[in-house]
Amino acid sequence: MTTSENKSLYAPQEPIFPRRVSGFFRRMKWAILVVTLGIYYLTPLIRWDRGPALPDQAVLVDLAGRRFYFFWIEIWPHEFYFVAGLLIMAGLGLFLFTSALGRVWCGYTCPQTVWTDLFILVERWIEGDRNARVRLWNAKWDIRKWRLRLTKWAVWLVISVATGGAWVFYFTDAPTLARDLITFNAHPIAYGTIAVLTATTFLFGGFMREQVCIYMCPWPRIQGAMMDDDTLTVGYRDWRGEPRGKKRSADTGDCIDCMACVNVCPMGIDIRDGQQMECITCALCIDACDDVMGKIGRDRGLIDYLALSDEPAERAGKPPRPIWQHVLRPRTVLYTLLWSLIGFGLVFALFIRADIDLTVEPTRNPTYVTLSDGSVRNSYTLRLRNKHGEPRDFRISLSSDAILRIDLEGTERNIITVPPDASTMQRVYVTARPGDPAAHAAHTDLRFWVEDTANDERAHRDTTFNGKADQ
Amino acid sequence: MSQPDTDAVTGTDTTGHEWDGIKELNNPLPRWWLWCLYLTIIWGVGYSIAYPAWPMISGATKGVLGYSTRAEVAAEITRFNDQNAALKTALAEVDLTTLAQNPDLQRFAVANGAAVFRTNCSQCHGSGAAGSKGYPNLQDDDWLWGGEIDQIAHTVRHGIRNETDLDAHYSQMPAFGELLEEGEIKDTAQYVLSLSGQDHDAEAAARGTVIFEEQCSACHGDAGLGDIEQGAPNLADAIWLYGGDIAAIEETITNARFGVMPAWGERLSQSDVNAVAAYVHGLGGGE
Repeated sequence: MTTSENKSLYAPQEPIFPRRVSGFFRRMKWAILVVTLGIYYLTPLIRWDRGPALPDQAVLVDLAGRRFYFFWIEIWPHEFYFVAGLLIMAGLGLFLFTSALGRVWCGYTCPQTVWTDLFILVERWIEGDRNARVRLWNAKWDIRKWRLRLTKWAVWLVISVATGGAWVFYFTDAPTLARDLITFNAHPIAYGTIAVLTATTFLFGGFMREQVCIYMCPWPRIQGAMMDDDTLTVGYRDWRGEPRGKKRSADTGDCIDCMACVNVCPMGIDIRDGQQMECITCALCIDACDDVMGKIGRDRGLIDYLALSDEPAERAGKPPRPIWQHVLRPRTVLYTLLWSLIGFGLVFALFIRADIDLTVEPTRNPTYVTLSDGSVRNSYTLRLRNKHGEPRDFRISLSSDAILRIDLEGTERNIITVPPDASTMQRVYVTARPGDPAAHAAHTDLRFWVEDTANDERAHRDTTFNGKADQ
Repeated sequence: MSQPDTDAVTGTDTTGHEWDGIKELNNPLPRWWLWCLYLTIIWGVGYSIAYPAWPMISGATKGVLGYSTRAEVAAEITRFNDQNAALKTALAEVDLTTLAQNPDLQRFAVANGAAVFRTNCSQCHGSGAAGSKGYPNLQDDDWLWGGEIDQIAHTVRHGIRNETDLDAHYSQMPAFGELLEEGEIKDTAQYVLSLSGQDHDAEAAARGTVIFEEQCSACHGDAGLGDIEQGAPNLADAIWLYGGDIAAIEETITNARFGVMPAWGERLSQSDVNAVAAYVHGLGGGE
């Protein structure tokens, strides 16, 4: 037993050399890797014609212009609730998947996992599989080792630069920026961002790997609170496998202690010790073990997706409950419902959104002005938004039960031209004649209308008119 | 020293801390974490040399890069002033009556004028320009000295009853308390009430008519409509600078009222005067 006195406070990083594995989960992970990286690298290159006044990049976060473009959707800053809604959906989605299937996010789709997978693939192509890599690790730094290492680092660096480079393309027109980057005319912030993301990709994917998950990421800790006994997660059927042994006898279980599950693990753990914090449930140990079980003629599933709640039944020799009973529980149904509700809400909000819009800011200092003929006037500042790609003429009017007159500051007409994809402020005066009810009521309801003269599309906003209540 | 407690499942020592039966394992920290700590220390030392950091008796160390937030703000202000220099020059020289034909310049003038107004004018006229008793409301359509943009600019530039500026507007109403009997003042006040259609004593107002024609109509006009040439207020409208009830009107006739406004042309630049005129003109009362 070690004691506190002689034990180091710090631990060096243990090198991990994951062995190549093939099987159902590995194939699924390759597919997810190709799809997610494909989306990440290629999305900024997609073009989308929005007319001459607007950018033609399908997905663009225009921070300077304060617009977010996503194919046919354009989000203005005041519509940030869409982003908030998506974040809530992402959160609920994680709750749903974690409560049903454990850390599937970590195992399959987390960028740290995906890029590490890609980096390990490169490592294997250049340096060979597990045994070759262990030998190389222990070898002296001769020419061969330098050559292999430098080649590997060079390929990693290319991937890292591409990763950092793709990121900045989301924030400005990609072809223009690509040209500027190559001719050294791009903004220093672009180079700085690429440099930082290149460095983090290179470091996290190449060297930090499992350290990021174990020591840097808060998510494994949070997920522990979201899983319960019914959650399906990667585990070892020790009642079937134990006692393990390379020598087969009547007493031994199915586990032949071949260490295949340990050798393929990117986190460097032994799943047979039970589900543990380091495990990202990438399921590669399932593939490895199934392969071995097939070879020795035993049933697959010694390591498998299983739930704690099934353990007593399985120990007693009964089959586990079907998967749908683990997935379909009140908790997951509730998450799905909430998730769908917000999703439907967002889609609904997206479709009822008008291309023209107004907001009204009533002047409250003073609340009203008495004019020389005794009539009472309120003023309002209207913000008129034109989301079209060309200038539009907005006709401004009001409706109210009371008799009110509307005038626009600086023009005799009631039509205002709003530039393309922009908003315009317009001061508007509303007047009640002396003696009319609105002039003497504390508040009179009123509704401002804007109408696009090009297509009769309308938008409105309610506000109040303040009269001389003191008289 | 007490014997360290060891966790049975993992075989790891615990720190001896326990909450609700959960013990804290004393796992070693990864060594790179320690390097990160050293890195932040090195960074911190470098930062405190490069940037202002250490408090001294007066002020703080300057830092070898010479950075200061004040200097950054000053540079930012200079940058914006340089950007707006052309507009400011144009605004100083513009003929205000044609300002509306130049939307960019007008937008700049109104925005700039709003800032000038809040700094210099809001003390008397209010931050919303609604005025108060004795300080005209600039949002309404009643102007003592004219509500066209160049008339407003003239008033701003030269002020009201300003001894130091010969072009200042100057109106003077006699304090009729020294010239008329108290009864005559009351009768005149009743007549003034009648001009704006308020409830009044018809008999007294009839007597007041004569006095008004003799004493008041020279400036306020026969119908009491006022005269912007002389700064004589319109007495027939609904707007009263000092109050339109009988007591306030009697008080005004007896003692007269003299508001004063500084000549802002002496304090503000030409472009600021034009800017604030454009802002006030655009508040709703501009003619």
